[in-house]
Amino acid sequence: MIQAIVEITNNEGLHARPASDFSKTSMKYKSEIKVYKNNEEKAYNPKSILSVMSMGAVKGDVLRIEASGEDEAAAIEGLKTILENCNK
Amino acid sequence: MESLLGTGVSKGIAIGSVLVKKESSSDFQKKSITDVEHEWDRFQKAIEAGKKQLEVLVQQSRETIGEDEAQIFEAHILILEDEELANLVKTQIDNQKKNTEWAVHEAAEHFAVILEGLEDEYLKERAHDIRDVSARLIRILSGTDKHEIPIMDKPCIIVARDLLPGEMVHIDKAVVMGIITEAGAKTSHTAILAKAMGIPAIVGAEGILEKVKDHDTIVFDGELGNLFINPDSDILEQYNQKLELLKIQKKELESFRDRASITKDGADVELFGNMASVAELPGLVENGAQGIGLFRTEFLYTTQASAPSEEEQFEIYKLTAEKMQGKTVIIRTLDIGGDKEIPYLGLDKEENPFLGCRGIRLCFDKVDIWKVQLRALLRASIFGDIKIMLPMISVIEEVRKAKEIINEVKEELESSGIPFNENLEIGIMIETPAAAMIADSMASEVDFFSIGTNDLIQYTLACDRMNPKISYLYSQFNPSVLRLIKHIIDTGHEYGIKVGMCGEAAGDIRLIPLFVGMGLDEFSMNASGLLEAKKVVTQISRLEMSKVVPEVLKLKTAQEVETYLAGFSAI
Repeated sequence: MIQAIVEITNNEGLHARPASDFSKTSMKYKSEIKVYKNNEEKAYNPKSILSVMSMGAVKGDVLRIEASGEDEAAAIEGLKTILENCNK
Repeated sequence: MESLLGTGVSKGIAIGSVLVKKESSSDFQKKSITDVEHEWDRFQKAIEAGKKQLEVLVQQSRETIGEDEAQIFEAHILILEDEELANLVKTQIDNQKKNTEWAVHEAAEHFAVILEGLEDEYLKERAHDIRDVSARLIRILSGTDKHEIPIMDKPCIIVARDLLPGEMVHIDKAVVMGIITEAGAKTSHTAILAKAMGIPAIVGAEGILEKVKDHDTIVFDGELGNLFINPDSDILEQYNQKLELLKIQKKELESFRDRASITKDGADVELFGNMASVAELPGLVENGAQGIGLFRTEFLYTTQASAPSEEEQFEIYKLTAEKMQGKTVIIRTLDIGGDKEIPYLGLDKEENPFLGCRGIRLCFDKVDIWKVQLRALLRASIFGDIKIMLPMISVIEEVRKAKEIINEVKEELESSGIPFNENLEIGIMIETPAAAMIADSMASEVDFFSIGTNDLIQYTLACDRMNPKISYLYSQFNPSVLRLIKHIIDTGHEYGIKVGMCGEAAGDIRLIPLFVGMGLDEFSMNASGLLEAKKVVTQISRLEMSKVVPEVLKLKTAQEVETYLAGFSAI
């Protein structure tokens, strides 16, 4: 299992296109992926757009992405990039 | 008689008989089941059927309404196939031993309620989309998906708590005179779709459902937002007159749709349309636009959270070119500056954004983003007559540099074997006095000019058009501006290139005769002004107007010009 931590810094938070990009990209990987917000216990499923939206991540929230499976490294890299791009 | 005030979102007068649309998602029964496999199977079949329906809707709205509307349904497909939604439905069926309809409703409500509880306005609104998808699934499951809204066989005004996008596209424009909803705001799907479809509409009419029943008469004004239920004869008379007047005016103008825009003495004048989104295309075509003179692409950038991808832009430009069926489509590349807040571009705050890094200057600064747009444009250029227009040019070096970058992109495409129109025309906006003064140098480097009057006035008079204290300066009748325009047209013609105009002056029927007299080749305006402009063009003579031009240019004030021109468009 590997993980990455990304802070949401853009004013819009994680919504609209970034949310659906995040979700669509997650679906490309075979690994099991979970997202946690601000050290909360609840795990969100990034492969579900409804789960991503219900997370309601806004500016200042810190997300921890965990992936385990054959393509875990690629998954973490891919999802980190999406989040970082939406922060730009 | 009762009256109500809502938010007018789509203008026009509507008079008609009420048809109340009932909530469609609640009509299912909660039943106990024993065969959980069977219920799960029904769910999966419903997903398949729903996806097919949505794919049709994506296609239909892309063709008849617009790209933004199509994306609403694309998002619905994503929700329909959501794995957490499916998990929850499965849990409900397995544990509660209840029918799929109920399970879907419960699962969708679970997510809808969470989203409604969030702070973010955008996410709150998405609860609506989840319920729309859930309602669709339930209709499929219970076999009631034949009619999403009541049968409309005679003219009616639809009154509903709210209309879902899936229901809006089934509305028959021929019989629906108007739409009134209790919920919704200016930015709701109902508002946007009604406007795009040209149906008068009021949203946010609180309490309307309690006050009306089927076959009541309603009159309303979709611009002001006021409505009357079972109006007395005075009101009815008054609104009937308004409606008649609008109909007469519309009919008279519509007779110009298929007429050529030729002056009395046989001079061709091209009347093009301005657009910012493909949603405007049907309206432009309907109003007889002979081409697109200005596609403002910045809305692709300002309406989303990240830069539009090459593929996304390519699809939009291609669609536009195809819809215009070989007619000219002038696409202006990204034209924004520091006055706009676009988080992902990271634009610097500037002291004077209108004199700062904007238009072509910004394209050079963010050249990677600009190149993505150029690639998309070039790729789309083989699907019609696309031309590139560069914004905010002030010196010749900018034209040369832009052409160099365009050539780089062309070479990249060529080496990857991607086709594009090698003879793609490149033109510039003339909207700074600097560019106007050296129109001769500019004309020898580009294929066409388009005069951007809004900025040209602003920069010529050094006057911010939004500042009410100096509003006396900003006028499209200003003699300095008119002399510059004459100079630009003459110089362009001297060098054998076409000169067009976008910006508000191009659609101002008081000025059209003057510009026709100056020899302007193409006028580009909003869809709503096209027919009136054509009427004016067909009633004047270019030769006669050309004799008026020197007289007008002798006048000393904007007021004198306006007064002098008053008679010409009212012939």
